[in-house]
Amino acid sequence: MEPMLSVKNLTVKFPTDDGMVAALNGMDLTLNRGETVGLVGESGSGKSVTSQAIMGLFKESRAVIDGEITFEGTDLLALSEDAMRPYRGKKIGMIFQDPLSAMHPFYTVGAQIAEAYQVHNKVSKKAARQVAIDMLGRVGIPDPKRRVDNYPHEFSGGMRQRAMIAMALVCEPELLIADEPTTALDVTVQAQILDLISDLQAETNSAVIFVTHDLGVVAQLCKRVVVMYGGQCVEQASVRQIFQRPSHPYTRGLMASMPHLAGDTDRLTPIPGSPPALLALPKGCIFADRCEFAKIVPDGRCLNMRPELIVEDDHAVRCHGHELKLIDETSLIGAGS
Amino acid sequence: MVSFLFRRFGAMLLLLLVVSFITFTLFHFGPADPASAACGQECTPDRVEQARVALGLDKPFFVQYFAFLSGLVGPRMLGAPGAEQMCAWPCLGKSFQTNENVTDMIANALPYTLSLAIGAVLMWTIVGVGFGLLAAMRKGKLTDRFIVGASSIGVSLPIPVTGLVLLLVFVGTLGWFPFTTNQIVSPFGEAGFGAWVTNYFLAWVALAVLFSAQYVRITRNNMIETFSEDFMRTARAKGLSRRKIVFKHGVRAGITPIITMLGLDLGALLGGAVLTEQIFSVPGLGFTAVKAATSGDLPVTMAITMLAAFFIIFFNVLVDIAYAFIDPRVKVN
Repeated sequence: MEPMLSVKNLTVKFPTDDGMVAALNGMDLTLNRGETVGLVGESGSGKSVTSQAIMGLFKESRAVIDGEITFEGTDLLALSEDAMRPYRGKKIGMIFQDPLSAMHPFYTVGAQIAEAYQVHNKVSKKAARQVAIDMLGRVGIPDPKRRVDNYPHEFSGGMRQRAMIAMALVCEPELLIADEPTTALDVTVQAQILDLISDLQAETNSAVIFVTHDLGVVAQLCKRVVVMYGGQCVEQASVRQIFQRPSHPYTRGLMASMPHLAGDTDRLTPIPGSPPALLALPKGCIFADRCEFAKIVPDGRCLNMRPELIVEDDHAVRCHGHELKLIDETSLIGAGS
Repeated sequence: MVSFLFRRFGAMLLLLLVVSFITFTLFHFGPADPASAACGQECTPDRVEQARVALGLDKPFFVQYFAFLSGLVGPRMLGAPGAEQMCAWPCLGKSFQTNENVTDMIANALPYTLSLAIGAVLMWTIVGVGFGLLAAMRKGKLTDRFIVGASSIGVSLPIPVTGLVLLLVFVGTLGWFPFTTNQIVSPFGEAGFGAWVTNYFLAWVALAVLFSAQYVRITRNNMIETFSEDFMRTARAKGLSRRKIVFKHGVRAGITPIITMLGLDLGALLGGAVLTEQIFSVPGLGFTAVKAATSGDLPVTMAITMLAAFFIIFFNVLVDIAYAFIDPRVKVN
């Protein structure tokens, strides 16, 4: 079956005073209808850039974009800003990280949801308002008839994110991109928002790209995980595979650095080194200078050659060591359990 | 809202009182002697003393000051003892120079200043905000650089230079515009709207060149900042049209500081545009104020200072009230 969304070898570069910053260096991602994929990685790994590139938000900016983004057979990169409009909001909805700054401070929550609906549906103001009220009810805002006339600053953080979700889903998009939707929220509210997103997804059967740096959230919500590092997909597999047999040294490092309830709870194992400098990327593997396996791979391959993304049993890994079967993947170093 | 207005207007009155006291004090202890200035070229010491008594300048400082204040709340008596005349409320005194009622002088001069201010404000708002917005939308491109460059020139051109060049070129050489006349004070007069516009046009341009440049800069900076806000990205992600993104979301959010500036500038301008009125011979408040100040005409100076202060403070309050309507996060209380 043709995937609904396929991103192939996507590169995004931003010109700065110091040179080109390579935010994405050949990103790959596929997504099937109704599927939930988690996009994980540390800050600067290119998660948000990927999601914003899919939305076409870099069009008419100075960013240099290459590669392929195909959505339902259409090459989104080839579309103009105006030709992209029917996709935005209507076919692809987006939830942003900080709902307070992502909502317009001068318009009521209801007006902003109604506006999102009216762009793509020819309805009267009154009908759009009713849609907004219904939508607020669906995302669990109590007393939506009254709340529809509130301004964003009159909502609590959790309610604002619910309203944001309502705004993104009001046109029932086939794809929802949630860009760290719970990062700005309290832990208890985070859980509610995650439940809400998965409930609404089950209702509308839309596909979801869930951008997060929280592996716990991924385990709870997603079927498949894409691990990003230095603007590339370094590993892509089902949640089960990722947690049972993390293959890329970076993914293994992420797992090892997570706190576990059982085992050694005092010490976490960090990944040594720091994220790559996107201004001057190494010609070899981007992770090589932090990788403990780079030394055991022959011919200095890790330092001199970019590894390819190798797919095996629906489990894609971008690693020379993995390719040469040099990494013992049955044991997870430092995981504590 | 009502209590807010009461408090703000109460504060306004207090502030005006302070302004009046300071002006009065400065004038009183200044080096100029209004009495000798008022009695003319050839003056004996006796006649200077007569003039001093007639003007009420022989009385102690506070008596003079309270006499002035009493004219603001009700009618008062003016003139030498025995030859007093009734001065109806609001009484700002009589000119030391011409013996004209100051209230009438102000009433005559104000329409000129109003004509000048209204046209200039409209002109620079449209030009300044329009080009500022355009520059922000084309940030970094040639259009933007051109507009920013032009505004740097505009902001460094003083009114006397622009004014004189405009007069020389468009009135003197080309003859496209008539010399300014003091016969046309309002767009609704006998001469008609067109004559009103042609009469003040060059003066508006002179003011607008300077102010537009400032408004281009503030608008451009504000809009660039607003365009990078998260909610602008949300607006795009909704699939809105470019026009709606820029105007409904961008301008609505970025316009607030511009409205503040506009309020303050309009307030300041209504107190009289001294240089512009001088150069274009518009007998408005600024023109009158300069004449009064240089000839030691206390009542006229006081009146125009108070009026200018009133306009500035009043527009400040107006801007605060406007904020509450623009930004729902602002509560007037």
